[in-house]
Amino acid sequence: MEILQKYRRARIFWPSVIFLGILLFNTIISKGEFLSITMMDGHFYGRLVDIFRNGSKLMLLAMGMTFVIASGGIDISVGSVMAISGAIACSVIRGNLFPFFQGSVFFALVLAVAAGALCGAWNGFLVSRVRIQPMVATLILMVAGRGIAQLITNGKIITVNSPSYYFINGGYILGLPFPLYLVIILFAGLLFFTKKTAFGLFLASSGINDKSSRLAGIRVENIKLLVYVFCGAAAAGAGLIESSGIKGADCNNAGLMIELDAILSVAIGGNLLTGGRFSLGASICGALIIQSITTTIYAMGVPPEVIQLVKALLVITISLIQSEKLSIKLLPAKAAAQ
Amino acid sequence: MKLKRTFSEISLLTITLALFVIMYGAGVLFYGFRISTFLNLFNDNAYLIVATTGIFFVLLTGGIDISIGSVVAFTCVFSAWLLEKGFSAGFVIPLVLLIGLAFGSLQGFLIVKFDLQPFIVTLAGLFFMRALCSVISKAAIAIKNPFYLKVALAKIRFTLGRQHPKIYFYALFAVAVVLGTAFILKFTKFGRTVYAVGGSEQSASLMGLPVKRTRVMVYGLSGFCASLGGVIYSLYTLAGYSLQNVGMELDAISSAVIGGTLLTGGVGSIFGAAIGVLIQGLIQTVVTYQNLNTWWTKVTVAALLCLFIIIQRAMSVNGEKARKNRLIKAA
Amino acid sequence: MKSGILLDMKNICKEYPGVQALDNVPFQLEAGEIHALLGENGAGKSTLIKVLTGAESLTSGAVFLNGKSVRVKNPLQAQHMGISTVYQEVNLCPNLSVSENIHIGREPRTRYGLIDWKTMESRSRELLAGFDLDIDVIRALDNYSVAVQQMVAIARSCDISARILILDEPTSSLTDTEVDKLFSVMRRLRDEGMGIIFVTHFLDQVYQVCDRITVLRNGRYICTENTKALDKVSLVGRMIGKDYSELSGSRTSREETGDKDILMDVRGLYKSGTISPLNLSLRQGEILGFGGLLGSGRSEAARVIFGADRPDGGDLSLEGEPALFKTPLEGIRAGLAFCPEERKVEGIVGELSIRDNIMLALQAKKGMTKPLDPDEVDRLTRKYIELLQIKTPDEHQTVKNLSGGNQQKVILARWLATDPRILILDEPTRGIDVGTKAEIQKIMISLADGGMSVVFISSEIDEMMRCCERMVVLKDRAVVCELSGETLTESRVMQSIAGKGE
Repeated sequence: MEILQKYRRARIFWPSVIFLGILLFNTIISKGEFLSITMMDGHFYGRLVDIFRNGSKLMLLAMGMTFVIASGGIDISVGSVMAISGAIACSVIRGNLFPFFQGSVFFALVLAVAAGALCGAWNGFLVSRVRIQPMVATLILMVAGRGIAQLITNGKIITVNSPSYYFINGGYILGLPFPLYLVIILFAGLLFFTKKTAFGLFLASSGINDKSSRLAGIRVENIKLLVYVFCGAAAAGAGLIESSGIKGADCNNAGLMIELDAILSVAIGGNLLTGGRFSLGASICGALIIQSITTTIYAMGVPPEVIQLVKALLVITISLIQSEKLSIKLLPAKAAAQ
Repeated sequence: MKLKRTFSEISLLTITLALFVIMYGAGVLFYGFRISTFLNLFNDNAYLIVATTGIFFVLLTGGIDISIGSVVAFTCVFSAWLLEKGFSAGFVIPLVLLIGLAFGSLQGFLIVKFDLQPFIVTLAGLFFMRALCSVISKAAIAIKNPFYLKVALAKIRFTLGRQHPKIYFYALFAVAVVLGTAFILKFTKFGRTVYAVGGSEQSASLMGLPVKRTRVMVYGLSGFCASLGGVIYSLYTLAGYSLQNVGMELDAISSAVIGGTLLTGGVGSIFGAAIGVLIQGLIQTVVTYQNLNTWWTKVTVAALLCLFIIIQRAMSVNGEKARKNRLIKAA
Repeated sequence: MKSGILLDMKNICKEYPGVQALDNVPFQLEAGEIHALLGENGAGKSTLIKVLTGAESLTSGAVFLNGKSVRVKNPLQAQHMGISTVYQEVNLCPNLSVSENIHIGREPRTRYGLIDWKTMESRSRELLAGFDLDIDVIRALDNYSVAVQQMVAIARSCDISARILILDEPTSSLTDTEVDKLFSVMRRLRDEGMGIIFVTHFLDQVYQVCDRITVLRNGRYICTENTKALDKVSLVGRMIGKDYSELSGSRTSREETGDKDILMDVRGLYKSGTISPLNLSLRQGEILGFGGLLGSGRSEAARVIFGADRPDGGDLSLEGEPALFKTPLEGIRAGLAFCPEERKVEGIVGELSIRDNIMLALQAKKGMTKPLDPDEVDRLTRKYIELLQIKTPDEHQTVKNLSGGNQQKVILARWLATDPRILILDEPTRGIDVGTKAEIQKIMISLADGGMSVVFISSEIDEMMRCCERMVVLKDRAVVCELSGETLTESRVMQSIAGKGE
């Protein structure tokens, strides 16, 4: 009972209820077919599995973005970083880059993620040391990133022929799609990290009031640097999944406009866009909501472009809910109490 | 001390202008740029100049509008669709301009009234308009309206020796928009209020200026200019396609920054922003001449962007230091 | 040339939730006078000015302007009534030109309705010439010093025919020559019949330029006197809560014991532009006061010692070991703790719970990778909630919903949890109710009795005298004297602050 109470108060409560609601809605309109999961060649197939597989990129990004937003910042360069990471991985595997490691998927992955982290470090450096506003600082890489990716691939859409690389998106372990494991491992790792260290507390504190946090002994600059590095690495991971999915690197379209979805996931998860307390699980729920809405809209036979309309309305609704001004107007009593 | 002061006094506009002249000069020397190269910068970027003008107002107040690329696309698609349905240009053009104005004003209203972040609101706007594009038509629609065809091809040709450079009417129109904007910003109360709001919103309202109204208006203007840019773009391409101009807002913002606009608001010149567009066009031209990967354009633009942002930051830090130095003298 | 009462404020009350910021305060301003409004932190001067300019509405009371009752709704309306304010942080647009700043909102127009820049600039030049200011009016305001910016702001006020000019700490960032220039302008405006309210914490300046003085303390009206009739020492007495006549040589209630070991020794510690080289020592288990008025350098001294501001040079030793703190974390690890003056800006982390706020510094001290045991945190939280009597239903309430006094206690708890050797408290009792004030003083004394060394900064001499064994007095960003034992009396403190300590 007490656990239930705690759950109801948690940030993840509403997003998870909404997610389940969407699933339920789908089940009803599809007369149960939605939930059906079939087993073929030892793999599970079904809409639900698709949601988790297709949503895995967004879930990774949402985790990185959650940290950045909690620190009071924003990172609009994640889509470009995805393009860079895919370009690097594919070029390495084909041997265009570091011919010595040609075909080494492992090295390709390490290099791609390292490149993502490096991009993040650049963003973090501009934000925490040069003290440029986060949106402006990450704008630079957002503009440059796709260009850099194109230069790596020499402006071509390159394809790779490597089953082990395909495995990142298309593979199965114990019947479940591989990218889901990536999400789960990262999520568990982060949960462990935030539970076993005081990182979460320091991050929230820095995002709410960086002056107080500094005086209390928190190294605010380092915390901020770290979240951008992590966000960059997470974006690189998402880029690898995407690139593996299309079996190559398409720098023009990889992760195009996905930064907006990532920010939206964090917001739908009920995390304040102004920074502070955060919930990773809630952001992941937010990502799943976006993904399941997409799936629903496809399933209902509605033209997919409507998804963006829905997203637009969602963004406005959520901002209005979070807006203090509106709540003062609607709930004067509550405002007065504060 | 003296040196520092003179440095901060060199306006960013001068740097931008010098950059353009040097780049163009180098182009003349190494690639044999002609008059037509120069005029084509206007012909090819007229729509971007107009759209940048709109976002420039917003940036001056310290806000941001990332919906303009979608608004441009919507304008093209919607007008192409209406024209295809047989509506006259005299009906379509005012209608799309009105929609742009109304849409921008609505965004501004939400931002100002409910104190929402401009980035988030215009992000929703971006999604919304892009979705409307695809709802109208996913396929590209060609424009065959006679009026559009006529206007699209209207141009002035010069004869300079063996060269025959030409400039299209819509490019001249873009120049007119820039001049008009410069005039509004310099000589009207609205224009000065825009600068004042960007300098210090609090001071501006203490001095009795209509801060809120002005902030809503700049978003309205931004939407209006974006749809105007859209009309020019549909003249330029004679088509409307739902996936065109993705990321155009970035080009516009980078142009403004390279043109010396401070993203924190209050400082910037419309001529600088327009030159910023031309610089991007020049980079594109050089990249084409050199037969380089076109993506060098983006990378170069980003490098310039980074350079200008860091110069701006250094200037404001210098300003703080100078003020502090005076304090020390006082102590 | 006095010509009657310009402004008459009667029985002004202003209540914030839980705090009576102004309690029945009267204030009168005559035409053709410079009237100093004085008081320490939390005295209510800025609230009074906010009420007068319409930035805050008054709870009760009446304002008469030229004998007519008025209700000022906002600063803009105040300007229309002829009340202009010039703040230390100049309220103009730094990016606009000087002449525009003077004229914006009421620019001269050409006959086509456009802004007439030529007329605007020539008018500005004329206007500024009247202020003996020969500057290029076309350049952006940003290019000029704060002094010039203030002068421009004053010129603007005069040009919109202000009759009352409020100068809110205008001189804090001016050089001596700039101050002289400002004063000559003030005198000229006074002679033209304007009423000027001058808020400052430089007493010398009050005596240079002001005709009358009104003193507020703790939201209450203390007195209004002619400057000539009030000497500096008794003025300081009124500001910090004692009449010179009644205090004579009263001694501190705490005994000073000279044989305690020296815990911290500061030699020549400085930060340019902030604090001149400091020399002082702190003994084991004593409460050392940093005396001085606001802006004297008392807070700045505390900040460089703790590492909140990075010192430029000098030496600091703890128990003989050299230690200099470049960041707060280094200070904390060495056993220092610091409650800053601005509780809301630099103290609390508003959206976090009481529990998180309390554990923050201890956790930072231990390091991010070694999280505290939750049970231990619960125990500590409960211990301090009880010990400091923090009034809250439970420890999971967010701190921003607490009252000022309870917020202060949470910050105190945060530092006590780190088990510090040296506790620096900068205005811990500011803006909180009397009962809580007494509690915090008691806690401080018992901590010192338990062996902790405390540095205490306060604007109220009463509580300083009650708590401190020794006191260093600062003035103009430097230590002017050190008082202890027989020499630590209220009159000596006041004389030192007023600049007659030698």
